[in-house]
Amino acid sequence: MAKTAARPALVRSVPKSPTGIQGLDEITGGGLPRGRPTLVCGGPGCGKTILGMEFLINGARQFDEPGVFMSFEETIEDLAMNFASLGLDPRPLSVHKKLALDYVRIEPNEIQETGAYDLDGLFIRLGHAIDSVGAKRVVLDTIETLFAGLSDTRVLRAELRRLFNWLRTKGVTAIVTGERGEGTMTRHGLEEYITDCVIMLDHRVVEQNATRRLRVVKYRGSTHGANESPFFIDESGISVLPITSLGLQHSVSPGRLSTGVPALDEMVGGKGYFRGSSILVTGTAGSGKTSLAGYFAEAGCRRGESALYFAFEESAAQITRNMQSIGLDLEPCLRKGLLQIHAARPTTSGLEGHLSAMHRLVEEKKPRVVVVDPISNLIAVGTSLEVKAMLARLIDFMKVRQVTALFTSLTIDEGYPEGTDIGISSFMDTWLVLRNIERNGERIRTLDVLKSRGMPHSNQVREFVLTSQGLQLLDVVRDHGRVLIGSERSAHVAVDAVLARPEKRAPRR
Amino acid sequence: MSPKAGRRARKPGKARAATDRDFYDLRLYIAGQTARSLAALANLQKICDEHLEGRYRIEVIDLLERPQLASGDQILALPTLVRKLPEPIRKLVGDLSNTERALVGLDLRPRSPAT
Repeated sequence: MAKTAARPALVRSVPKSPTGIQGLDEITGGGLPRGRPTLVCGGPGCGKTILGMEFLINGARQFDEPGVFMSFEETIEDLAMNFASLGLDPRPLSVHKKLALDYVRIEPNEIQETGAYDLDGLFIRLGHAIDSVGAKRVVLDTIETLFAGLSDTRVLRAELRRLFNWLRTKGVTAIVTGERGEGTMTRHGLEEYITDCVIMLDHRVVEQNATRRLRVVKYRGSTHGANESPFFIDESGISVLPITSLGLQHSVSPGRLSTGVPALDEMVGGKGYFRGSSILVTGTAGSGKTSLAGYFAEAGCRRGESALYFAFEESAAQITRNMQSIGLDLEPCLRKGLLQIHAARPTTSGLEGHLSAMHRLVEEKKPRVVVVDPISNLIAVGTSLEVKAMLARLIDFMKVRQVTALFTSLTIDEGYPEGTDIGISSFMDTWLVLRNIERNGERIRTLDVLKSRGMPHSNQVREFVLTSQGLQLLDVVRDHGRVLIGSERSAHVAVDAVLARPEKRAPRR
Repeated sequence: MSPKAGRRARKPGKARAATDRDFYDLRLYIAGQTARSLAALANLQKICDEHLEGRYRIEVIDLLERPQLASGDQILALPTLVRKLPEPIRKLVGDLSNTERALVGLDLRPRSPAT
């Protein structure tokens, strides 16, 4: 909501250069300050170089802004090789004069200082590189290496100050990286000279899970998210996941879609879920959550819509086989490519990893329906608060894209089926509760609609069975105003049948 | 100076190798005719006259005119003197006003244990 309040301010803020990095432009309200240097600092391996390179490559590819990458640490060959594995190979862009790469080698043993000097050589090189491609963006990674090669720090400091001012007059948007120092943002105090925008990256391990965090420390002339945001590096580069939600500005659809179970459609206003809504299915172990999710996905495929199924408990093969046992054949959907099952153990990567992979797949495959089975397993890789914040973000993300999403969640305590571990029910539009009740020596499955926003819905607790013919909701049987379930119900039905028979047969006699 | 260098280079066999080791191929990088550039050139000329008589060549490269040459010798600071020959390559940063350091950098004076 802070976002909405900040909007008028954004209009007046400094001009910005979009990074094209997922999430980062959102936090910075549009990108880095245009025509000014930005300091990106953090410890070793925190992702500074990748952020810089992605900024340049996105600039060249998406925004028609050529760039210069000046590397003080890695050779161009090493850089190219490392980045090719991230889908960010700079070489083709360099061939097409969209990117100039220059490796500045500093060999302290080779250098003897013999008198007064300045860094004009560096200025000339950088200026030449900028002119050679008409660069609008520059990355200096990591310029502090100069301090290792040249001993006169007084001169160096004066020259760096001059360099950053010169970059400003050149009008290029620059990223200057710096290694974190002891108690300072950078070892040599670059933060003194670069005051327009400072971004801090962090790579830490929490409960054996490596997590990356990004924070905009300052941004002169602009509002910005001040929180630490998790970010993730995978084969497509960096994505930042702002904890702050997108807000509630997404459009809503009056369209409806089937739950996959006709009798259940009846229970939710007669027509099924709203398109673009979020559905939560909670229940204890073995209560039929995955079956309900399977029906939902299959119904989508039958309408010819693509469905994405994220499985955190079972493999794709296991899901298909188990669905077969209740008469639900997912094979045709999988063959047609309409249904895609992505199975992963929650612990294979951090929470950010899963969420970023989910974001990416939803962006890429553009499914109309999504199943996450179960979200409760994600708790295993994050703290409850984190999971909640990130799920909120995932839900918003799908709502904006009008994707109907069904989440299952395992409840442990049978006495409290309404409580979800993650406390995410308030984000959900429809909430189905499944129970597997033990009574009089039998287990009875029930289903009820705890809530369903914007539609009249059934208030009955319905009994259902999972047979080889599928999931069947049983008709409601009442006796003296009481809803009967389990063997009580079958007994009552049987008695009714017996009582009904003589009447029917009577006329024959 | 260059005729002398040429004459030496024509010497055959073993003697030639020995002279090659003595021959100094120097490149001075500057940016424009600034006072510092001129000072560096004057200081270099003086050192050569005194210590390398007849066995050196100086090439002055003005990077303002040929900026593309800066990356080849990894030039950052200016002025920079690069000793291309004899090998190994040495780089002397600054205007060469500290003759002592310049001589050490050019291997014309043994490095003191402190450095």
